[in-house]
Amino acid sequence: MSRLLIRGGRVIDPGHGVDLQGDVLVDDGRIVAVAQLLAPDSAEVLDARGLVVCPGFVDPHAHLCEPGWEHRETIATGAAAAAAGGYTSVCAMPDTDPPVDDPASVGFIVAAGRRAKGARVFPAAAVSAGRKGEHLTEFGEVVDAGAIAVTDAGRAIASSKLMRLALEYARSFDIPVLSHPEDADLARDGVMHEGVVSTRLGLKGKPSAAEEIGASRDLALAAATGGRLHLQRVSTAVAAARIRQAKECGVNVTAEVTAHHLLLAHEVVASYGTEFKVDPPLRTRDDTRALCAALADGTIDCIATDHAPRHYDEKEQAFDDAPFGAVGFETTFAVLHTHLVVTGKLELATLIERMSTGPRTALGLARGTLQPGEPADIVLLDPEARWTIDPGAFLSKCRNTPFAGKQVTGKVVRTLVGGRTVRDASGSPRAASAP
Amino acid sequence: MKRSAPTLGKDLTGLESLSPEQIRVILDTAEPFKEVSERQIKKVPVLRGKTIVNLFFEASTRTRISFEFAEKRLAADTVNIGAVGSSVSKGETLVDTARNLEAMRIDMVVIRHWSAGAAHFLASRIPSNVINAGDGAHEHPTQGLLDMLTLRDHFGRIEGLKVCIVGDVLHSRVARSNIYGLVALGAKVAVCAPRTLLPAGIEELGVRVFGRVEQAIEWSDALNVLRLQLERMQDGFVPSLREYNRVFGITRERLEWAPREMLILHPGPMNRGVEIDSDVADGPHSVILRQVTNGVAVRMAVLYLLTGDAPDLAEMARSGGAGRA
Repeated sequence: MSRLLIRGGRVIDPGHGVDLQGDVLVDDGRIVAVAQLLAPDSAEVLDARGLVVCPGFVDPHAHLCEPGWEHRETIATGAAAAAAGGYTSVCAMPDTDPPVDDPASVGFIVAAGRRAKGARVFPAAAVSAGRKGEHLTEFGEVVDAGAIAVTDAGRAIASSKLMRLALEYARSFDIPVLSHPEDADLARDGVMHEGVVSTRLGLKGKPSAAEEIGASRDLALAAATGGRLHLQRVSTAVAAARIRQAKECGVNVTAEVTAHHLLLAHEVVASYGTEFKVDPPLRTRDDTRALCAALADGTIDCIATDHAPRHYDEKEQAFDDAPFGAVGFETTFAVLHTHLVVTGKLELATLIERMSTGPRTALGLARGTLQPGEPADIVLLDPEARWTIDPGAFLSKCRNTPFAGKQVTGKVVRTLVGGRTVRDASGSPRAASAP
Repeated sequence: MKRSAPTLGKDLTGLESLSPEQIRVILDTAEPFKEVSERQIKKVPVLRGKTIVNLFFEASTRTRISFEFAEKRLAADTVNIGAVGSSVSKGETLVDTARNLEAMRIDMVVIRHWSAGAAHFLASRIPSNVINAGDGAHEHPTQGLLDMLTLRDHFGRIEGLKVCIVGDVLHSRVARSNIYGLVALGAKVAVCAPRTLLPAGIEELGVRVFGRVEQAIEWSDALNVLRLQLERMQDGFVPSLREYNRVFGITRERLEWAPREMLILHPGPMNRGVEIDSDVADGPHSVILRQVTNGVAVRMAVLYLLTGDAPDLAEMARSGGAGRA
């Protein structure tokens, strides 16, 4: 592969404290050098003046829906949509049909991911066979097949004993256990946050305590076992506080939060809009403020999309009957840049860190920095570009975003995976080679 | 009576979104319709030529029949659809069902559905008028209105009345509609129930909470007693029906402690001996059957007000059914 010089951008590599006006040289799919002025020599030159050049985003939590739910998304459409949002690596959740819980199904995801043109796809396998919460899957075999983590994805592990065993057994393979922290019994049948809005609307609520109990239990087990715990989609102020406390005590824990939990509170559900039906539910303004603070101070390590495509027909129902979930690949950077960075609540470098290096560390992936020798997974951002979120323009098969029609500032201009452009916002996605 | 502004708009999905003036208009409009049901020929041609579909996804006797009488006494053509034995049981979606009905050129849908927000959902997707006949635990606006009409009949006013809703507020659409409507018209509203049957943040709806029914009786001018569904005990919200009756039941002995005349309402169907004792339900304080009678009048008023091109009501009422249509 030819040499590529990305020239004259603001290069931000938060993992290594790099923030300079300069060039990035790529050769044979890997980063060769980052410096203030590099000689073009024989390289193809990509003009990045006015743009931010940073590590490609890593999504620790995405639902690509294949196999079993191909009307929602496929690995190919998911990988393309991810690239359009600046993601170069995504961790695919195993809640497919059938679930990804054995080496063969992990292998299927890996193979389909290699064929896809877009972000790299890394499967997570189920913690328990069939995601039934009864007994462990074969962690060793699924890791050999390519799984990078284990999780029952969207389903809390009800048995504390099973959770303990998972954290212990995962240590043998140095993989994280991704947990949906929730007391399922307490949250059962809830469709939104339990509070005055659910009372007004007559909808069954999930109390915050359900997440607080789940997070507290998981943290206690992580402390007891020394296992690598990653808490998914934190939505409450109390869970964030528990994580902060646990980190101070040296517990091996990382945590993620989604854009919608950072920006939206339960009042938006007021007219039963199913685009706001997500799990865990949108909570209160106090929670969103606490989550933003936890993201800024590093208590929460990474931003997840929880990209959950749902077909139009599925969301076109009464609130109780519609499924949970929102798409996130193609909006997450823009909405967070608009509401956290432009407003001065968060440094741009911190946002990039939480979207690249943070999840890289949580998942133990060798991607998400611009260090020489690393794969050239790079995203070019235009922090000034203003645009309107139009779900009709999504590459995802589904349109179920809570941010439709919103004016945003900050746009993903180009996404490179292994040095090749997989998404160029000025045109259609280009072909990418296998990583 | 003149058709007075403000109008109701296209739909009636709940009382929360109505202004006090709109609620008063409905209650005032119900008055002349009471008389229609007392006639030998119980019919005025207000809705002649209109087609109304009663779309009941949930079982209902009282509300469905009350709507049907109201529609028939206004001379509308009506069709009843239940979830069982219709395309709904074949997996058709709510919106497809409604659009197919629309394609047959209907004018109005009365919907009862198990999901909160179902009426709102339908109203925003079809051009016909939609009336909510109960959506999950959200609202049952015509029940709230008939309760208010019954209170107004007795006390001559709503403003300043102390009304306590007793029982399973958590799962009750009747409670929510009563709270919104009564608070809008200036009543003082309280709820009384075991804490397990009160929803989060209920105080923020402008109501006070009584933990014990004796306190509620001492405070209230009227009690609206909610049905305790038997499955609530199986779900563990109350330990036993016996205890519920002993601690929260409205009994004659308890009412003897009331400092003033007390009115007893119940939206039905009653569980005698659970939330209400028979000698209260059938006693002098009870207006439970008056509620049922008023239900028809209130529903006639709502149907009439939602039909924008209906002829003048006073003329229709005077004409005894012989007027233009």
